[in-house]
Amino acid sequence: MDQHINAPISNEDATSLRAGDYVYITGTIYTARDAAHLRMDNALDQNEPLPIDLTNNIIYYMGPSPAREGRPIGSAGPTTASRMDKYTPRLLDLGLKGMIGKGKRSDAVKDAIVRNHAVYFAAVGGAGALLSKSIKSSEVIAYDDLGTEAIRRLEVENFPVIVVIDSEGNNLYETAIHAYQQD
Amino acid sequence: MKTIYTTQITQAVRELCIEANHALTPDMDTALKQAVSTEKSPLGKQILNQLQDNLQIADTDKIPICQDTGMAVIFIEIGQEVHFEGGSLEDAINEGVRQGYTDGYLRKSVVKDPLLRENTNDNTPAVIHYELTAGDKVTITVAPKGFGSENMSRVFMLKPADGIEGVKNAILTAVKDAGPNACPPMVVGVGIGGTFEKCALMAKKALTRPISQRSAIPYVKEMEIELLDKINRTGIGPGGLGGTTTALAVNINTYPTHIAGLPVAVNICCHVNRHAVREL
Repeated sequence: MDQHINAPISNEDATSLRAGDYVYITGTIYTARDAAHLRMDNALDQNEPLPIDLTNNIIYYMGPSPAREGRPIGSAGPTTASRMDKYTPRLLDLGLKGMIGKGKRSDAVKDAIVRNHAVYFAAVGGAGALLSKSIKSSEVIAYDDLGTEAIRRLEVENFPVIVVIDSEGNNLYETAIHAYQQD
Repeated sequence: MKTIYTTQITQAVRELCIEANHALTPDMDTALKQAVSTEKSPLGKQILNQLQDNLQIADTDKIPICQDTGMAVIFIEIGQEVHFEGGSLEDAINEGVRQGYTDGYLRKSVVKDPLLRENTNDNTPAVIHYELTAGDKVTITVAPKGFGSENMSRVFMLKPADGIEGVKNAILTAVKDAGPNACPPMVVGVGIGGTFEKCALMAKKALTRPISQRSAIPYVKEMEIELLDKINRTGIGPGGLGGTTTALAVNINTYPTHIAGLPVAVNICCHVNRHAVREL
């Protein structure tokens, strides 16, 4: 089912989305990948504040290529989410409501999604040029020294994603494969 | 002797890095187009259409096909009648990578040390494979490799008794484990035989063979066709979201091996199977 939602994502939207829904996101989302997650994790260990308020926010696992003149961003597709699995349950428990990436998640992440009524979306991997067209602005807001791995605030318009793990723990990667498996 | 200036190498590598990241080879293009019409899943078809749009935008707006513009893997075949002038060949290649990734707005994805992890900020060094050949030509292949699929690649040191069925199972296991992480539809590069490192290198090089071209060895060709069919029956599909297009090709290279061994390497590549070639 096609859905249009706003980001930050409301509790109602997060719980109503179902695995397999095709969703267009409009609003503000944040990027973070391996190195930024490690830093946020260390900050939490030290009881330091995070550079972003996680509450009802969506993190996009993405490190863009450099923007050409006149463009807000370069190629901007998802990276493999499982590399963030180690840090994710902690962030979900602190209010993170959605993640955009690609690929499988651990059971611990799935449990944390269900526990916090959150949602895991996939964007199409390897479609970074296309996805960049839905990003209207991009601003580095933390960890600038990490280059492509810095935390960015993105304004997105009808950013296309698919719900993979919903707040009930349904997992599209598991169900969809069975539907087309032969012999 | 033929003289080639290392500045020519730098120039070629620079251009090949940019070219490879913005356009696929004709064989890849054709296969991805065909997949749109053969894919059975509606969502799979929608994803394959997005990939068509993506290639179009990459070409028109000069935005890299994928933001992971890879670590630059470079195969350089050097004719033994060639003489280089102008400094170190390795430096010339890395200078080409530096210029290509900087001037071409490509992502710098290389860290200086695997554990200290500080970005080199110019995507160097490249991983360079040198090969001496007969004649007076230099052929450079630049194959930027993204790590979503690289991370799902495997080496299996099988026993001779495992035989051809063992090899097929190893390849299928690697593909199934990769699933959505490797950005299917994939291209599966396989090396069978040689030693531990030889089979891995063969698997990498197999990814640069046109995917429309089957092995010249009859039993290997049969295996490539059979495995592609089996992979496309797994149900993984485009983006791993279900469907009948999980791989576009299985390219297998083989080499003699030891009486005690049967090494198999599976180098998985995403649908952005990039390489650009130039002969000097």
